[in-house]
Amino acid sequence: MDFDLSREQMDIKKAAREFAEKEFPKIARECEEKEEVPRDLLKKGAELGFVGVFIPEAYGGAGLGFLEHALILEEFWRMDPGLGQQFCSLTFGSEELILFGTEEQKEKYLPRLTSGDALMGFAITEPDAGSDAASASTRAELIGESWVLNGNKVMIGNGSLADFILIFCLTDPDNPAKSHRHSVILVETNTPGYEADKILGKMGIRAADTANIFLSDVKVPKENLIGERGKGFYQLMAFFDRSRAYVSAHGVGLAQGALDLAIKHVKSRVQFGQKLAAFQVTQFKIAEMATKVELARTLTYRVCSMLDRGQVDSKLVAMAKWNAGRTAVEVVDEALQLHGGYGYMNDHDIERFYRAAKVLEIYEGTKEVEKIVIARRILGRF
Amino acid sequence: MDVVVCLRRVPFTQEVDLEIDKGQRQILAENLAFVLNDWDNYALEEAISLKERTKGTVTAITVGTEEDEEVLRRALAMGADTAIRIDSEGLTLDPRNIARLLARVIRGLRFHLILTGAQSDDLNEGCVGAMLAEELGLPHASVVNKIELGEDVLEIKVELEGGIEEISTIKLPCLLTIQTGINEPRYVSVMGIRKAAKKELKVVTIEELSLDKEALVPDVYVERLFYPPETGGAEILEGDPHIVAEKILRILRERGVIS
Ligand SMILES: Cc1cc2nc3c(=O)[nH]c(=O)nc-3n(C[C@H](O)[C@H](O)[C@H](O)COP(=O)(O)OP(=O)(O)OC[C@H]3O[C@@H](n4cnc5c(N)ncnc54)[C@H](O)[C@@H]3O)c2cc1C
Repeated sequence: MDFDLSREQMDIKKAAREFAEKEFPKIARECEEKEEVPRDLLKKGAELGFVGVFIPEAYGGAGLGFLEHALILEEFWRMDPGLGQQFCSLTFGSEELILFGTEEQKEKYLPRLTSGDALMGFAITEPDAGSDAASASTRAELIGESWVLNGNKVMIGNGSLADFILIFCLTDPDNPAKSHRHSVILVETNTPGYEADKILGKMGIRAADTANIFLSDVKVPKENLIGERGKGFYQLMAFFDRSRAYVSAHGVGLAQGALDLAIKHVKSRVQFGQKLAAFQVTQFKIAEMATKVELARTLTYRVCSMLDRGQVDSKLVAMAKWNAGRTAVEVVDEALQLHGGYGYMNDHDIERFYRAAKVLEIYEGTKEVEKIVIARRILGRF
Repeated sequence: MDVVVCLRRVPFTQEVDLEIDKGQRQILAENLAFVLNDWDNYALEEAISLKERTKGTVTAITVGTEEDEEVLRRALAMGADTAIRIDSEGLTLDPRNIARLLARVIRGLRFHLILTGAQSDDLNEGCVGAMLAEELGLPHASVVNKIELGEDVLEIKVELEGGIEEISTIKLPCLLTIQTGINEPRYVSVMGIRKAAKKELKVVTIEELSLDKEALVPDVYVERLFYPPETGGAEILEGDPHIVAEKILRILRERGVIS
């Protein structure tokens, strides 16, 4: 069993780190405070190839895998979770196009993402359909040659910035099987009837755009259906099997970044006549945090690498996502604790990391949902 | 213009507590991260931008171990065309021997210009560039912070003491050692890394250079590394900021720093 990254993977990780280390600190706090998305930085990152590396070369990507995508996101989240989130969101949902899209759809939409000229999003969540995505009631009716969409989506990444958004919607409400009622439809956001309301006041990752979406008689061509009609739920599960794998890298990166900040602090702060690092209790904390980060990283890399080798294991992916989210929350909590009162003030970065962590146990499947997936694969249905 | 650029991988020592190893001749490298020497990164960017402006080539060279190839892969990813590693084969090399090894390889290359960093971040000796120029019998200038292209010459700028700037003309072929800040080094891109994998990275052994390993004994070597003894003499001013400020002013006046 080989646990080593290839030279190319190490070089990509280093390149991502160097870019994030030089570019992110200049603007991270300001973007968080002003809840602003730095479009210039996104464009610069895209030009360097850091956006959507898993997209095939034929469609403007690097033709690499989810592992490389995860390595980049880990380094970005390590420097700043908000900017890391915004970078990840740029291609969020493109897996649907890669896996299920037609040649025309791929050619039309994917290259604009990797060049940094377009942003996308994937709208699943609704006021009455969160963890229970199959209850989504946003309706799409086929009228003549067009789909007509009506409904509300909430908490959608890039809702107010995206050029196009994938909508998880109800196309076949009368199908007796709940899992055969939905489809995925692409909506260009300049279509009349599309409205987005940017959410202000998120607890963390405020440099990333999140919005509520209102669709009223949004009319798009019939060809905007992605994949098969009525198979939306299965396509969504296939998406989660991939996105959860690299979202695990968000947790690894955030936890590593928090650990880095904690190490720096305990090696400089003196109390009772010695550095905090000299107390054995501090040493134990650092040892525990570092071990947790390494464990989360190992499982994250494993599931990403498996996906890149064509192995899809929903259970293992859910384990990686749950564990990485938990690791981030636990490690950042201890890291802030080691900062004492200074960590509670927003002129210390750890405060921003702390606020960011919690979302990792909520989006892309709450930690409870991940455990449902894991247990169902182990115990079966009864 | 064909440019040869010499690179070195060094430990990243900023914000790191350095430790001396038991033998007292080396810094403990175990926990250190390694990067391309900062000065060399500027030299590399300068080489690549000269190549782009003149449609030439860039060859990157390092003397080192397989791990040091990382800096060559970086150079290839940034835009160098070929890379050569002279295998250091576990030898401790002083600047003169590094210059001798580099010279052996560079003599066989087509080049108009050789660039090195002004110094390396680990030992700060700043010798290899000048020694390499001597070995090759080339004109050279050190700590260059601007290069303009001329007809068979380069116009170069160097900053002297006291902020005085000096502009000189140097005949090609020549060697320049590069100061940080001369340009803004580009980032390594994912596309660059992918292209680098297809470019040539050649490894040359000392034997292939017809040099005798025995003859590469350093003329200068470290006897002992140690921390300077703690000395007294520091006066810690304490108390109310007003009073501390007054004390500082008094001391500065007494010592003639301000009048
Ligand atoms: C910053 C941010 C960005 C987001 N971006 C997107 C996006 O781009 N696109 C998108 O579609 N959505 C997005 N979301 C929404 C996110 O996916 C949902 O918040 C998440 O799926 C949970 O749904 P909910 O909020 O409705 O919570 P609920 O489903 O109401 O859950 C509330 C609690 O009940 C628990 N619970 C629910 N069902 C069960 C059960 N069966 N058994 C046990 N416990 C259960 C949950 O685990 C949770 O603890 C985003 C959310 C945030 C915060």
